Amino acid sequence: MSDRSTLTSAPTTRRSVKDLKLGESATICCLEDPEMALKLLEMGCIPGTQVRLNSRAPLGCPITLVVGEQGDYTLSLRVSEAATIMLK
Amino acid sequence: MTSGEDTIIDRAGVTGSVERLEAAAGRAGGLLARIALVGNPNSGKSSLFNQLTGLNQKVGNFPGVTVDRKTGISQLTPQLRAEIIDLPGTYSLYPKSLDEKVITSLFYDHTSPQYPDFVVVTVDASNLRRNLLLFTQLADLGLPAILALNMLDTAGQHGVQIDVEALQQELGVPVVPLNARKGEGITALKILMSQTLGAPTVRFYEPDEELLPMVRQIRYYFNLHNDYLALHYAHQYRHLAFLSADDRAYIEELTTQYDFRPTARQAQETIDRYARVNEILLNCVTVTRTEQNEPYSNRLDKVLTHRVWGYAIFFGILFLMFQAVFAWASYPMELIDQGVAWINSLIQTNFDGPLISLLTEGVLAGLGGVLIFIPQIALLFAFIAVLEETGYMARVTFMMDRIMRRFGLNGKSIVPLISGVACAVPAIMSARTIENRKDRLITIFVTPLMSCSARIPVYTVLIGLVVPDEAVLGIFNLRGFALMGLYLLGFFAAIFSAWAMKLLMRTSERSYFIMEFPVYRWPRWKNVGITILEKVKTFVFQAGKVILAISIILWVLATYGPPGRLEQVETQARATAATQRLTPAETEAHVASERLENSYAGVFGHVLEPAIRPLGFDWKIGISLITSFAAREVFVGTMSTIYSVGQDANELTVQQKLAAEKDIYGQPFFTPARSFSLLVFYVFAMQCMSTLAATYRETKGWKWPLLQLVYMTGLAYVASWLVYSLMS
Repeated sequence: MSDRSTLTSAPTTRRSVKDLKLGESATICCLEDPEMALKLLEMGCIPGTQVRLNSRAPLGCPITLVVGEQGDYTLSLRVSEAATIMLK
Repeated sequence: MTSGEDTIIDRAGVTGSVERLEAAAGRAGGLLARIALVGNPNSGKSSLFNQLTGLNQKVGNFPGVTVDRKTGISQLTPQLRAEIIDLPGTYSLYPKSLDEKVITSLFYDHTSPQYPDFVVVTVDASNLRRNLLLFTQLADLGLPAILALNMLDTAGQHGVQIDVEALQQELGVPVVPLNARKGEGITALKILMSQTLGAPTVRFYEPDEELLPMVRQIRYYFNLHNDYLALHYAHQYRHLAFLSADDRAYIEELTTQYDFRPTARQAQETIDRYARVNEILLNCVTVTRTEQNEPYSNRLDKVLTHRVWGYAIFFGILFLMFQAVFAWASYPMELIDQGVAWINSLIQTNFDGPLISLLTEGVLAGLGGVLIFIPQIALLFAFIAVLEETGYMARVTFMMDRIMRRFGLNGKSIVPLISGVACAVPAIMSARTIENRKDRLITIFVTPLMSCSARIPVYTVLIGLVVPDEAVLGIFNLRGFALMGLYLLGFFAAIFSAWAMKLLMRTSERSYFIMEFPVYRWPRWKNVGITILEKVKTFVFQAGKVILAISIILWVLATYGPPGRLEQVETQARATAATQRLTPAETEAHVASERLENSYAGVFGHVLEPAIRPLGFDWKIGISLITSFAAREVFVGTMSTIYSVGQDANELTVQQKLAAEKDIYGQPFFTPARSFSLLVFYVFAMQCMSTLAATYRETKGWKWPLLQLVYMTGLAYVASWLVYSLMS
């Protein structure tokens, strides 16, 4: 899709938020799913933002992320949604 | 227009000096300022709305859509009042759900009489970055705005210091620090709200140069006051109900002509706005790391979402809720029941005539049928409001989502489903907490399949009739097993129906789970109280009307019959009673039974007989099925009348009468096959007008209640037929 071009900037690794370990922080590189990206961007998951995997639900999904270096707030999302957030 | 308009004008007429506000508003027709309250979810918007309006709230409808429109009147100064509209919480002006679309249709049509004079934007100071996104969009629309800077205390605890003066400079609108939960800063906000407000002076985002040719054409065509609004027309013309088909075609043509790519543009806008907000925050926010230890919310979550303790605590809370609705509510319910009965008998002993009968057995009985639900609704919503207020509901969704999603449900569906075991009416109302429309509809649709407390009298009578009172494995009772089986049957029917609906239903709305995970907070009892009041009022005034109407219809059916027939039957019955030397009480019971058989309800029962014969039912059961549409427990009452058990019939005597009933061959009529067929029918059938009224109210139309009626009754019919055919 041509829409994707503005959101993706040729990732070097294919690691996504889904692959984070508990407590691990990483920086968002780009968002894969253009439509879901709109929602994630509004929620503050802007490329360049730091996120930390805060917890997993007892059954492994959904998960919670702390968004922003200063720990702005906690976001919860499903693993399938987290998989669209690619990391640097 | 809605009746709300009238009230407002009436009230304004009393207050008098509204000229100033009118001038400020620049509207000729309206007498009150109309102020919209907007903000992110969890930004304290509802608390602020409650603080501003108190009990002066009403819930109506947004025209044309099925979204609640909450408005209230606020006394700003001794002389001035304003109408406040509480809009659904949203993160941006690009709507993702039907609820959020209400906001765009309100803000984009500046010619609409509903168009607000200005907006109050609530923002959570502890998370200013994300909250300011929405604010900058609103400001760029050119709407006069006040920023209500909420939760400064929480921000302080996080080490976030905000320079309010600098923020006001940067944003170009008045900024009011407040604590909506404690009511601090409300007076200052009200004074500001009563002043003349100009349009915001700062712009945060300008549409890209490339877009200007298209944007300008839209802007001049629709005579809009700024480019950003025109850009939103290009983004959202499909959803803007106030545009004509021609208008939409015009915009569509333009977007194709200029190769407008909405998704990419919207993404870029959000990124640009965040960059701009970051600049602003650099100038007015300082962050000092105060504490390094984990926030209390996280520590609480270690226990409350633990794989063992988390579920144990949740089921403990559910159990408590269930107890409240099932057991505690029964005391006030009994009082209401007795109160209505007392008034009824008082009227009946003092007056007589067909109108009195309509009043007591039709209207008052119907009214009692409405009022009886109040304790359950109030108790259930007391629990739900506390769970929502504290932030625990988000954890429930978090823990249950994986399991419920498989069946097309949502983590939050667990609350309506479990509450449905007590009563489907408040349960269906509680599905409101599910944001996703499809998930909410499925939950509402399947909730009545859970066996509610009104089915218990029917279950006990029939189980007592056919299941022997035997011990199994020493300590368990066979009847207990049968009862549990019926509950499980309902539960599985609900789950599988949900799963089937998930496959069948189409939706344009994509289901996201992406949501803020709020920090734990103490509940505000004022908010809890207002929620309870609102739910009770909504039920009594909106669902209540339907219940009352159906009660009166059922009363007419059971009281009147084809012309002359009832009188004739009564004379005959009295004659037979006299020859058989029955006591006066027995005579009355016999007469009542004969009258019911020959009433319209009785006639329908006979008409129904061929249709229900395959299930093993006769016309007597047919009558009971019709009358128990008012409420399932009426089944027992109707059976006792029809078998002329007399007024003081209790469940046991009904059971004896049923056991004594013989079929044409002189064998017991209620064979296991028949009884189980009837039991299964009661598990599945939609025989509760109150539930239908609640579904009607929550889905704002007759489509879903009718589908529910057809589906559940169909399911009941097929299941009963199977049971009867297999067992006999």
